[in-house]
Amino acid sequence: MKQTYEVIVIGSGPGGLAAAIGAKRAGAEDVLILERDVELGGILLQCIHNGFGVELFGEDLPGPTYAQRYIDETRALGIASLLDTMVLDVTRERKVIAASAQGRILELQADAIVLAMGCRERTRAQIRIPGTRPAGVYTAGTAQRWVNVEGYMPGEHVVILGSGDIGMIMARRLTFEGAQVARVLEVMPYLTGLTRNYVQCLLDFDIPLQLRHTVRRILGRERVEAVEAVAVDEHWKPISGTEELIACDTLLLSVGLIPENELSEKAGVRLDPVTGGPYVDDSYQTSIPGIFAAGNVVHVYDLVDWVTEAGLIAGQRAAHYAQGIGPPLAVGTVPLLAGAGVRYVVPHTLNPERLAAAAVRLQMRVTEPIEQPVWIQVYDGERLVDQHAARYARPGEMVNLTLAPRVYDQVRQAEALLVSVAPR
Amino acid sequence: MAVNADTVPAVGTQSHPYDVLIIGAGVVGAMVARFLARYALDILWIEKEADICTGASSANSALIHGGYAAQPGTLKAEMNVKGNPMWDHLAAELDFSFERCGTYVVAVGEDERAELAVLAARGKANGVPVTLITGEEMRRREPQVNAATSGALYCPVGGICDPWGATLAAAENAVQNGVALKRRTRFEDFLWERPPTALPRIVGVGANAGDVYTRWVVNAAGLYADTVMHKAGVRPSFTVTPRRGEYYVLDRNQFALDKVIFPVPGKISKGILVTTTVHGNTIIGPNAEEIDDRTDTAVTKAGMHEVWDGALKLVPGLTQRAIIALFAGLRPGGNAPTLNPSVDYQKDFVIEIPTTVQGLVNLGGIESPGLTAAPAIALRVIELLREAGEGLRERPGWSPRRSGRPVFRHLSRKQQARLVAEDARYGRIICRCEFVTEGEIVAEIHAPIPADTYDAIKRRTWLGTGRCQGAFDMPRVVDILARELGQAPEEISKKGGSSTMLTRRTKDL
Repeated sequence: MKQTYEVIVIGSGPGGLAAAIGAKRAGAEDVLILERDVELGGILLQCIHNGFGVELFGEDLPGPTYAQRYIDETRALGIASLLDTMVLDVTRERKVIAASAQGRILELQADAIVLAMGCRERTRAQIRIPGTRPAGVYTAGTAQRWVNVEGYMPGEHVVILGSGDIGMIMARRLTFEGAQVARVLEVMPYLTGLTRNYVQCLLDFDIPLQLRHTVRRILGRERVEAVEAVAVDEHWKPISGTEELIACDTLLLSVGLIPENELSEKAGVRLDPVTGGPYVDDSYQTSIPGIFAAGNVVHVYDLVDWVTEAGLIAGQRAAHYAQGIGPPLAVGTVPLLAGAGVRYVVPHTLNPERLAAAAVRLQMRVTEPIEQPVWIQVYDGERLVDQHAARYARPGEMVNLTLAPRVYDQVRQAEALLVSVAPR
Repeated sequence: MAVNADTVPAVGTQSHPYDVLIIGAGVVGAMVARFLARYALDILWIEKEADICTGASSANSALIHGGYAAQPGTLKAEMNVKGNPMWDHLAAELDFSFERCGTYVVAVGEDERAELAVLAARGKANGVPVTLITGEEMRRREPQVNAATSGALYCPVGGICDPWGATLAAAENAVQNGVALKRRTRFEDFLWERPPTALPRIVGVGANAGDVYTRWVVNAAGLYADTVMHKAGVRPSFTVTPRRGEYYVLDRNQFALDKVIFPVPGKISKGILVTTTVHGNTIIGPNAEEIDDRTDTAVTKAGMHEVWDGALKLVPGLTQRAIIALFAGLRPGGNAPTLNPSVDYQKDFVIEIPTTVQGLVNLGGIESPGLTAAPAIALRVIELLREAGEGLRERPGWSPRRSGRPVFRHLSRKQQARLVAEDARYGRIICRCEFVTEGEIVAEIHAPIPADTYDAIKRRTWLGTGRCQGAFDMPRVVDILARELGQAPEEISKKGGSSTMLTRRTKDL
């Protein structure tokens, strides 16, 4: 089989599909998608709930339907893909080694690579929940795959720790399937997922959410028998006297997502300790020329539409790189830094020449909820470059800010841009 | 040889008893089974859990101790020193991971340095090679140790192994040589013959699966060794006190240390260490907490703090971000005084044929350095049986060798390509962090000791032990187990009993 490609995309979730399409549309002849599962689509395939495509299509689609639109387009464009194929190694020189269940170890060479491996879920060990290690402690995404793809129930009496989106969606999904979801516990004083999921998945089904609560202990030898819930103070310390045993056979964890960058690290891509993903410029190019990244591998998104948008850009720029076109790299680029109230900003740098041609979307997460109208502001030192109004700012909802070409001159002159959030 | 471990041939009756019945499939039971299998004996080996190696042997520091720490004159010291040099040969014959990497005891601050000399003297008394090095030299060898390191004791013969791998390899070799292993089989009581003029004789055991007759019973029941002894009416004052030790496992991408570093030991244990493993992950722990419940392997908030603080003292640069797993193990601490009356030590191993009954080989209190000592203990059991008049002729066709199965991640690219071309299932990665393939999982399910639970697969393949802790592989492994075992997915369990992973099909209310 063919061993060299202009663009190789690793992963076929929404970021990978869009990247492949973006590359092909931009004129790359040979585009290859490598996917470890047996079909294209990534985690969207287990997201059978609706809520996808509102921004891009003005439609409210289930995950597999959303994925199918892009899968169909990759087929229409003649984009090659290898399924059941796991990438083992990526090098700085853009060599890709993969194991294929068709009985081969592949050694491929790409002119450009788009990393689109997505993210993984934070585990019990990472939040260090004490107690026993019985069956019945699962991440919400694993439970989602079991219920929606495999057709099996992970349990009947469920407590969910964490108000992440997958956890709330699984609270509703398991309720539909006849399980009892006793409670959702969230250690933070605010929701970590989308408000719409709280309304549609918890409120509408009378599933109680307890903020500033956590699981202090897991009980049960063979299968989970109970969890001990406890209220916490503002320093996340358990408040004694508030302990409560909740009988259950299952504890689902929805306590955060981590961009999956083991391959990026093998290639030597530099990672941002805050996002857990690669440092990227406004083309989604990483610290290694010719290696791009798109989607949840860069930072954790809340809406798939933005993942698709990022993938299209990354794919297009990867194709340009492969073809040797596009603006010079890292010349006159301006760092984008997180200022007051902002945890991080993606992309990490901005090439002003891009801004001359078209608007650039900045995406960020805020550190604390601000439940009143806010300004999202871009500063060059003391000088305000641009500001956008928002109704509120919440850590669970990504904040978008589009820089328009009209600020080109100001950006070009800036040493760095600081993005901050403040009450209006 | 196609031998199914869970099938028992038609021996064990009153007229045709087993020669030896071993209770307990930890590393001690496995080594006894493996070394005894050399002889023409009918051996039944029972384990109450769904798999072998689930008790003390399953959760420990994975160390092959040099032997400088044990008190001279004790059985612990003798067995440690005899067991340690056996591991190279054993690992070669049985094909499991073992590295004689050397170990360090690191003194932090001036006060602790005096303790090193005490250990060095013990080492000399036990005949163990040890050298004292300066704090400066220690920091040169391992720059990550505490800057206040004042000195260290280096023991070149200390090492690390894979305790699951070693136990499985020994067990498999035993089974291949004809030992009948019955898991999910619980000892309940002894069957007796009480001749009027001789000592009472054990003639069998009553188990949950029925009565089995045997000429000898080896008590290798670990955390339950005292219960078994008391049923035999021996050592009524012997008790096992579980001493829980908690551990953290660190992500090898985020923290790497290629040494075994002990603190200066405390009163009841060797202290909280920072050590590498044969898998390349650093582990830290254990603390030492005496508890009542012999099944309580829960980790606790207090224990986690204690372990973390202890580890930071040795290696201040550790970050909690690197933690990918927590676990706790139980050491089967005994209270047997050393036989030699001139040695004042109350926690020695018990390795004996008791004088008050016939037919029992009694092992107890096999806590650290039990893993190191296990092969030496097995040889001592053979000596005891010979002394009791057993002829122990060699079994025709006996083989000391057992081969492991391919481990995809350990192969070169070329070897991987060859393996995948032969069997495409080795090209399907099921565990994305540790790169464990479907081929490896299927091979374990059909191995001489079949892996038939999720944890059994995990222990044999190292799947699910990485940074995602099985979130990705779990549905896939349940699916493979169900397919290969001809069971429904909802019958597949984590570790037997009621630990099923799933409850029912959806829509099936």
